[in-house]
Amino acid sequence: MSILVDGSTKVICQGITGNAGTFHSLGCRDYGTQMVGGVTPGKGGQSVEGIPVFDTVDEAVQETGANATMIFVPPPFTADAILEAVDAGIEVICAITEGVPVVDMVRVYEKVRASNSVLIGPNCPGVITPGSCKIGIMPGYIHQPGKVGVMSRSGTLTYEAVWQTTNLGLGQSTCVGLGGDPIVGTSFIDLLKLYQDDDQTEAILMIGEIGGSAEEEAAAFAKANVTKPVAAFIAGRTAPPGKRMGHAGAIISGGKGTAEEKVAALEDAGIVVAPTPADMGDAVVQAIAKANG
Amino acid sequence: MKIHEFQAKELFRQAGVPVLEGIVAKTPDEAVAAYDKLGGKIAVVKSQIHAGGRGKGTVADNPNQRGVVVCQSADDVRQAAEGLIGKTLVTIQTGLEGKTVNQVFVEAGCDIARELYLGIVLDRAVAKPVLMVSTEGGVEIEAVAEETPELIFKEHFDPAVGLEAYQVRKLCKKLGITGAAAKAAFKFMPAVCRFYVDYDCSLAEINPLVITGDGQMIALDAKVTFDSNALYRHKDLLELRDLSEEEPSEVRASESGLSYVKLEGNIGCLVNGAGLAMSTMDIIKYHGGQPANFLDVGGGANTEQVTEAFRILLSDPNCKGVLVNIFGGIARCTTIASALIEASKVVGFNVPLVVRLEGTEVEEGRKMLAESDVDIISATDITDAAKKIVAAVA
Repeated sequence: MSILVDGSTKVICQGITGNAGTFHSLGCRDYGTQMVGGVTPGKGGQSVEGIPVFDTVDEAVQETGANATMIFVPPPFTADAILEAVDAGIEVICAITEGVPVVDMVRVYEKVRASNSVLIGPNCPGVITPGSCKIGIMPGYIHQPGKVGVMSRSGTLTYEAVWQTTNLGLGQSTCVGLGGDPIVGTSFIDLLKLYQDDDQTEAILMIGEIGGSAEEEAAAFAKANVTKPVAAFIAGRTAPPGKRMGHAGAIISGGKGTAEEKVAALEDAGIVVAPTPADMGDAVVQAIAKANG
Repeated sequence: MKIHEFQAKELFRQAGVPVLEGIVAKTPDEAVAAYDKLGGKIAVVKSQIHAGGRGKGTVADNPNQRGVVVCQSADDVRQAAEGLIGKTLVTIQTGLEGKTVNQVFVEAGCDIARELYLGIVLDRAVAKPVLMVSTEGGVEIEAVAEETPELIFKEHFDPAVGLEAYQVRKLCKKLGITGAAAKAAFKFMPAVCRFYVDYDCSLAEINPLVITGDGQMIALDAKVTFDSNALYRHKDLLELRDLSEEEPSEVRASESGLSYVKLEGNIGCLVNGAGLAMSTMDIIKYHGGQPANFLDVGGGANTEQVTEAFRILLSDPNCKGVLVNIFGGIARCTTIASALIEASKVVGFNVPLVVRLEGTEVEEGRKMLAESDVDIISATDITDAAKKIVAAVA
């Protein structure tokens, strides 16, 4: 089946009248996504290349039956846009916007987790079920319907991984860009659960990076709960310490966060780790071969 | 964004977090005047640089000169200020090249009974800020976390509510704080938590936090970093930015919307996307090379940005070759190719250039480069690109 989105998903774009919003709404529609509307406060009643614009998400949902949204509003208004989508009962919210203040996300995170909505992002490329539904900024043509669930904290590195799995003929079930910010709505673990229960997904590729402990937690979860083959890559093995992460940040995870520790945790969970970004596709092939004995 | 200790302390004072009296000085004369103004008893002269470890740090050509000096007289203050201002201080956090001390903070002394640690940071795992305190103040907290993590106590708090009274009680109990000091903690700890939220901090650290003989709590040091994404709502904080503390090439890059970090190697990297940029560095190293930088030109890279990126890369004397790795998504390969051709005219490439293009409009982009007179070593994939640039600079 795929996870989160498919051909029946009805999508709106919050911030559709901005440059990026318009460009990518049309890009998604060209890919075959059901783009049923857009929202820009004060511009209700207009249309963008045939896509109707509404003043509020609530109204857009009432009129179009939308159940997913992609958010392109500027950073100061992103938290509010996410909360508006949650309030309107949108099931899948993709916040593409980069640069949202962390304190805003602390507030939003709690409300999203307490709701029935799934938030992808912010600061992410979006989510795509190849051949059926693209919500976000990724180039559609590099994807191919298939069997690998791809999840990643990074944008273009995901394209690299997708391209490799396409060239190897594996294809993808659903690809999700979690987002590169310290607080994002959906974790690797959330997606591992969904991929594990999804018939179409036969293998999982996890692309992480240094900082935080999301990869270590995912590794522990996968070891205990995931029976499908899992491959991984960690970006930033050579990044110098302290450039992005504050020292207090390194304390809190008890010294976790370096690439070495992440790779060790992944390998301990039986996950095949690609040594370089050129080997991500091969790592999936190896993981599948390993699972088949 | 980082600020200096004396700036952070002024913000602390306004927020009701107790600090000592202090005056910033740019010359030895100013330092002595500050000392007199503070009452002329014990004073501490502290180097103001954007790095920690100043107390144990020493001046580059004078290993006897520490970055923080306790002074008993005006002569002591003058000597300390002369030994620090205009000199290069090397600490555990500055790297070997050190940082120039442009000013010192002259601060009154106090009667220290205990030294604690206090820090607030985001705990990504639970998506909430966490207050951390420790009995082991004044020493490197990284070492405490490594060797005796049981001496670090943590309380998460909701930014909208702040630190609750029971949480202060718990921490006081664990730290063994009673009496007047405990009473002080009920003001001090919630005030720092409120400060962290109100100013959109990504780090607020007080090491040491001291308890005086009469039970006062005082922030003897202050290290504050702000969330750059939230600065739009703190315009007043922008005035506190000290550009002389930042790597000039990194400042220049950020002005052009590029994300750049200077490194020690000799292979310049120009990549779109942070993850791909990091992994490009990784694969260069994997094949035996050393990256000279991290550079993410972003999703919507245009000719001006790519040209500026090349200027920055090529102005690094260590740079002996450049690897361009672009996976076009939003950024089209044709845009990058024409920007590259344009940049070669403006900047003039004087080192080997390996280019790997993939993604949106790749065929057209490759064709443009092939037909141009720019001297390019083209690569088919990321491994090929890494091997070729490593060979080219060898």
